[in-house]
Amino acid sequence: MAVSIASTSTRARLSLGPIQYHWPKEKMLDFYRSIESTPVDIVYLGETVCSKRRSFRHHDWIEVAERLRSAGKEVVLSTLALLEAHSELGYVRKLCENREFTVEANDMSAVQMLAGKTHFIGGASLNIYNPKTLSKLVGLGLTRWVMPVELSQDALAGFQKEMPVGIESEVFAWGRLPLAYSARCYTARAHEVPKDACAYCCIDYPDGLLLSTREDESFLVINGIQTQSARVHSLVHEPYNPASGADILRISPQSQHTERVISLFDQVRAGVLEANEASQELESFAPDGICDGYWHNEAGMASCSGASHP
Amino acid sequence: MELVCPAGNLPSLKAAVDNGADAVYIGFKNETNARHFAGLNFDSKQIEQGLAYARNHNTKVYVAINTYPKPGNFAKWEGAVDQAAEYGVDALILADIGVMDYAAERWPELRLHLSVQGSATSHEAVRFYAEQFGVKRAVLPRVLSVTQVAALVDVSPIPVEVFGFGSLCVMVEGRCYLSSYVTGQGPNTFGACSPASFVRWSEKDSTLETRLNGVLIDRVNKDENAGYPTVCKGRFRVNGKTGYAIEQPTSLNTLPILPDLLRIGVAAIKIEGRQRSPAYVAKVTGVMRAALDACIRDPENFLPDQAWLAQLTSLSEGVQTTLGAYQREWQ
Repeated sequence: MAVSIASTSTRARLSLGPIQYHWPKEKMLDFYRSIESTPVDIVYLGETVCSKRRSFRHHDWIEVAERLRSAGKEVVLSTLALLEAHSELGYVRKLCENREFTVEANDMSAVQMLAGKTHFIGGASLNIYNPKTLSKLVGLGLTRWVMPVELSQDALAGFQKEMPVGIESEVFAWGRLPLAYSARCYTARAHEVPKDACAYCCIDYPDGLLLSTREDESFLVINGIQTQSARVHSLVHEPYNPASGADILRISPQSQHTERVISLFDQVRAGVLEANEASQELESFAPDGICDGYWHNEAGMASCSGASHP
Repeated sequence: MELVCPAGNLPSLKAAVDNGADAVYIGFKNETNARHFAGLNFDSKQIEQGLAYARNHNTKVYVAINTYPKPGNFAKWEGAVDQAAEYGVDALILADIGVMDYAAERWPELRLHLSVQGSATSHEAVRFYAEQFGVKRAVLPRVLSVTQVAALVDVSPIPVEVFGFGSLCVMVEGRCYLSSYVTGQGPNTFGACSPASFVRWSEKDSTLETRLNGVLIDRVNKDENAGYPTVCKGRFRVNGKTGYAIEQPTSLNTLPILPDLLRIGVAAIKIEGRQRSPAYVAKVTGVMRAALDACIRDPENFLPDQAWLAQLTSLSEGVQTTLGAYQREWQ
């Protein structure tokens, strides 16, 4: 069910989510330099998966944040999704106490630190499943929320009926889906070492480590303590419908072609490219196929917009 | 340290009570709780009988309403809260902020616990629920080491409950979409992981294949035991090697660290398994009761009895147990 392309007056903004993988410092610097000239409107920065990854220190993030802001982007600092150690809590506090940039809270610890003090964004891992939950968090300072990836367009429409004025809704529109977090590092496990001796092996997998079934069907992707879908979730067909209520479409960075993905989404929202055409090229950036089942109330791995699987 | 035991039905509730549970936890017959399985859980009449039985034996009853309502569904969760409150149960175990907000406003006297499905892994997250909704106890996800649990308990504004025995979720509870990715139904909104309606067992040559909505989760020789096809316990290929890439079929068992849990101030220990049989509940409750009593009597010299360990292992997934994330090496 492809919907018509909306006029520019209602067009959604595009955001770039935090890099979910472990890339070397130079690659990250190059990546964000290349983002400065893209039509993406909002950039989320920060390590959200594993606090052991240290390609970027705090000052590196802030430098990139300032550069992107100078390039006209709205910049948001994202917090870690799974907190275990006390030191991790300390860094989340440091982010939450910054007064330069808005913070995306990815766990309730961050919400607790931000609530009543400053406005904040609620990330997709916060479990905002209904308008009552959203409204409670709005009362504490939330101004934008990212819908949990397993919710559908019907759910979003349900939220819209009770949406507090001025609150923005963001959906995960391109990328491998974050499906689970664990205490255990599965990349280290694949290398047969415990997490404490990981030697940062995830840096060898810039788009995660593929996990296939015993029939060699690409199934999941291991990214340290995070598990993702192997298929890339794509909503290029869908959310330009103002009725769907998505104010912002999130593109999740991948090691190659992210600029082109942004450009294709931008052309579709501007009405200069048909979604079907964009989708054909986008599929070539998804070696393990495309999915959009969650958006259609189906199994997340399903593909309902006619995209093929390899 | 309170022993909190699972009751998927009235016979299990009685088994838990008879074998030394300090509290039992139950759910209603719908998707408002995280064990929404066919034939399981309590209707009104069964709840009344269960409450009466538990009260006669000085055992508390907690009701799990620990899934997440989607837009348009909220009334069902409100109904569950109201029903449990009207029965005068000892506490509700909740996960969703909206449901908690409703319960705290509508039933201010009712005791609330934060479910493991609420994914609170730090004292700041726990503090959020304590301050906003007056939550009195938090159940921690199975992701922290013993040292990390101790650090959290030290500064937590409210008492903490941890898992002591049972099937092991290796992903942070409340944030795992593996089941919904494969089937469209998962713990958060449907109340079940890898629902049975999507499971297929098929024989092929000399092997048995288990599939979840068509995805091959494992393949075993006919003489091997095939585990239930939850995604995280399957065998897959990674970097050219085939094996349990996430975790083997195994159960959590904390008997070896009971004195540590006691020493660091854990307030309650929970047994997983509302989907298990009354016989299972009776045996596990009995062993855990004996172990806890021995541990409380003399924590310095506590050593788990070999017979207890053997009994728990025989009841475990894959007939093996683990300390899971409590033990740093497991991570």
